[in-house]
Amino acid sequence: MPTATIAGHEVQINDEGFLTEYDEWNEDIAAELAKNIGIDMTDDHWKLINWLREDYKEKGETATTRRVQTVGGFPTKQQFVLFPKKPARKMAYIAGLPKPHGCV
Amino acid sequence: MTIIPDFGDDDESDRKFVLICSKGNLDMAYPALVLANAALGEGIETHLFFTFWGFDMITKSRMHDLQFSPVGNTAMHLPIKDKKLPQSLAPLPGMTALATKMMKQQIEDLGIPEVPDFLDQIVASGGHLWACRMSADMNNLTESDLRDDIDGIINATDFIEMTDGAQLLFI
Repeated sequence: MPTATIAGHEVQINDEGFLTEYDEWNEDIAAELAKNIGIDMTDDHWKLINWLREDYKEKGETATTRRVQTVGGFPTKQQFVLFPKKPARKMAYIAGLPKPHGCV
Repeated sequence: MTIIPDFGDDDESDRKFVLICSKGNLDMAYPALVLANAALGEGIETHLFFTFWGFDMITKSRMHDLQFSPVGNTAMHLPIKDKKLPQSLAPLPGMTALATKMMKQQIEDLGIPEVPDFLDQIVASGGHLWACRMSADMNNLTESDLRDDIDGIINATDFIEMTDGAQLLFI
């Protein structure tokens, strides 16, 4: 596993650049990851990312966009506005989580 | 070392995905919905074209009531592992209702929405819905009978024009 220094922290990442250790994540790192892919974090972004991390902690897997809508309460449209084009993967990347496995 | 994933934002992709939904059975509605949803989640321009029996997926009075029948489906298994439902039992009264109920429950258990709700999500994700002119005329249906978010009722020529350069999937 490669390591990277992000926002001054040494973290483990996979070959795509996603963090692999849940506990190595913090908000400074998230802001830097978001910047890497052209996203400026607003309150709405943080709410969603923090929910995604909480849900992962509980469920052990990354929520799909469907679950982010139905359980998290973030409408699909909003997800596409906050994380354009590929919301599921971008949200997971910033939240330091694996890409979702579910189909829907 | 910093690796930044490539989300393809800078690529000028003109990939376009068009799914033709021609079936009105519950089990045959889902492949197109799942794939369209996945394509939209990958930032791909996606269109669904509803024709013939697939019209039931977008007809207001019918879209909540798609059914699954085990008749003619030899892959219909019983809840007991690998036991098949004998085809002679498949047409019995109540069997379609039972099979539909079971399938809906399995879909719900996976957190997958029902058909109208799934189409809501697809539209919210930027997907386009089109209805077939000939199917509308055959069934005496107009736009007011269909989902309000249908982009339009189009004819075969419009469809050919619209799908220029697209990847097509007929279901």
